[in-house]
Amino acid sequence: MTNEECKKVVLDIIADIAPDEDLSNVKPDVRLRDQLQLDSMDFLDIVMELRKRHGIEVPEADYIRLASLDSSAEYLTPKFNALAAKS
Amino acid sequence: MNSGSQYDVAIIGAGLSGLAAGIRLAHFGKKVCIFERHNAVGGLNGFYSLDGRKYDVGLHAVTNFVPPGVKGTPLGKILRQLRIERERFALCPQKGSRVAFGPGGERVLRFNNDFALLESEVASKFPAQAAGFGRITRFVREAPLTGEGSGASARRFIRESVSDPLLEDMLLCPLMFYGSAREDDMDLAQFTIMFRALYLEGFARPRDGVRVMMRVLTEKYREAGGERRMKCGVMRIVARGGRAAALVLDSGEEIVADQVLSSIGAAETAALMGEAPVVGRTLGYVETISVLDRPPSALGWGDDTIVFFNDSDRFCYRDPAGQVDVRSGVICFPNNFEYGPGGGLKEGFFRVTCLANFDSWSNLPEERYRVDKARWFGEIQESARRFLPRIEPADALERATVARDMFTPTTVVKYTGHFRGAIYGAPEKNRDGRTALSNLFICGTDQGMLGIVGSMLSGISMANQHILQASVPAA
Repeated sequence: MTNEECKKVVLDIIADIAPDEDLSNVKPDVRLRDQLQLDSMDFLDIVMELRKRHGIEVPEADYIRLASLDSSAEYLTPKFNALAAKS
Repeated sequence: MNSGSQYDVAIIGAGLSGLAAGIRLAHFGKKVCIFERHNAVGGLNGFYSLDGRKYDVGLHAVTNFVPPGVKGTPLGKILRQLRIERERFALCPQKGSRVAFGPGGERVLRFNNDFALLESEVASKFPAQAAGFGRITRFVREAPLTGEGSGASARRFIRESVSDPLLEDMLLCPLMFYGSAREDDMDLAQFTIMFRALYLEGFARPRDGVRVMMRVLTEKYREAGGERRMKCGVMRIVARGGRAAALVLDSGEEIVADQVLSSIGAAETAALMGEAPVVGRTLGYVETISVLDRPPSALGWGDDTIVFFNDSDRFCYRDPAGQVDVRSGVICFPNNFEYGPGGGLKEGFFRVTCLANFDSWSNLPEERYRVDKARWFGEIQESARRFLPRIEPADALERATVARDMFTPTTVVKYTGHFRGAIYGAPEKNRDGRTALSNLFICGTDQGMLGIVGSMLSGISMANQHILQASVPAA
């Protein structure tokens, strides 16, 4: 998986948990919280959906790595690739 | 024991908070079962049919209503968290409500779903208090959605900004009637939650009542894979080693669950553990319902949605000394929401709620109970009608009435199991939901978020905090 594909995965999850948000112009280098109405409940959902859909575990201490699309991709892409390598 | 009675999470009670919690947990793959003693879902927000007519138990209006596109509100949060499209709740906004004080309702504050109306009412009727009211409003706007200032007195807080006791009482009356379990005062956190729910946000209602919302929730829960067992109450919680080790059902069957969420109330839950329940002072209510052969507006009653009334110098929100306190109360006309062209209700409804004393209603011989109900039905409506336009002829209401129903605190006990018919639960709330048992948590009324949206948010946040969040690895 590439970083770009990973961002798409995260955006797809956000589209499902926050269907009332306009995601057409999300800037990858800006904190998601600063451009979308997302609170801690929504971040919990992103983490839970990553686990449910993709089997990716994000420990609580690493939530901060999901702050922006760029940081999410940087953190999650290796996890996706490690998981793919295992199967 | 067969594996069928082993769950990740057992939820006690299929009301709004239990169902909302269940949807969250089932969605994220937990094996969940909701146990409900009654044969219908809904709990304190249930519904029923009588002589072919459909009634809501508790719903006057859904509070916390905001139009589509308004973000960062409790309604938006529950829709997101439960993955429910807003349209499915089919919420229709109110026309307009008022607080009417004085023997004939001379002092009036009108409000609707546009906060500017209440602001202008305060500015024109209490000009000296407008700045203070603005300070209160700013505090509430900045408070977290779960409330701020837990334990403090709302009256003391209001008095720092508003010096006219009439305005203080008029502002508190709707908030207390729609969600205070505390006599004559409110917990400040509860005040901020309710001020937001009623004044900053507003009222709405699905045309067909609360059952519309309950249907959406039960469908969502089923689709997510949740299990539900009706007429299947929990009789006992077996505690062992500081944990809820098992649940014993009314049938004697034993259920094992890793975690338990109880939505039935704090004292009610303690009683399941064999503890003598500590029930503090509680508040009970009666409600009269008249079904009319025409909309209330056609009777000459105008188009108020809700009227909060009080005839006395000070507003007294207290467990009455007698069976009912008719000095104050709430009138609701479910017809007066914006249902759109041709969307109105087929019949008219006139509902009145007043405070009632549980002890003087419980254990009455059947005949006496019936007689008392009939007598109070008349007195309650008569009291409420002082705050509505006078209609002619004198027996116009009588003649337009095609059916009646009434509930008392004992009705609430009978159908919901809430001790003493305390619709808003105990005066002291358990905001973090923890109990003496490490895997047993409280959600719903006694956790502290009230109303339709609030109770769902309670179930959601307790499920998130104690079960989903806890399942995320620490590092």
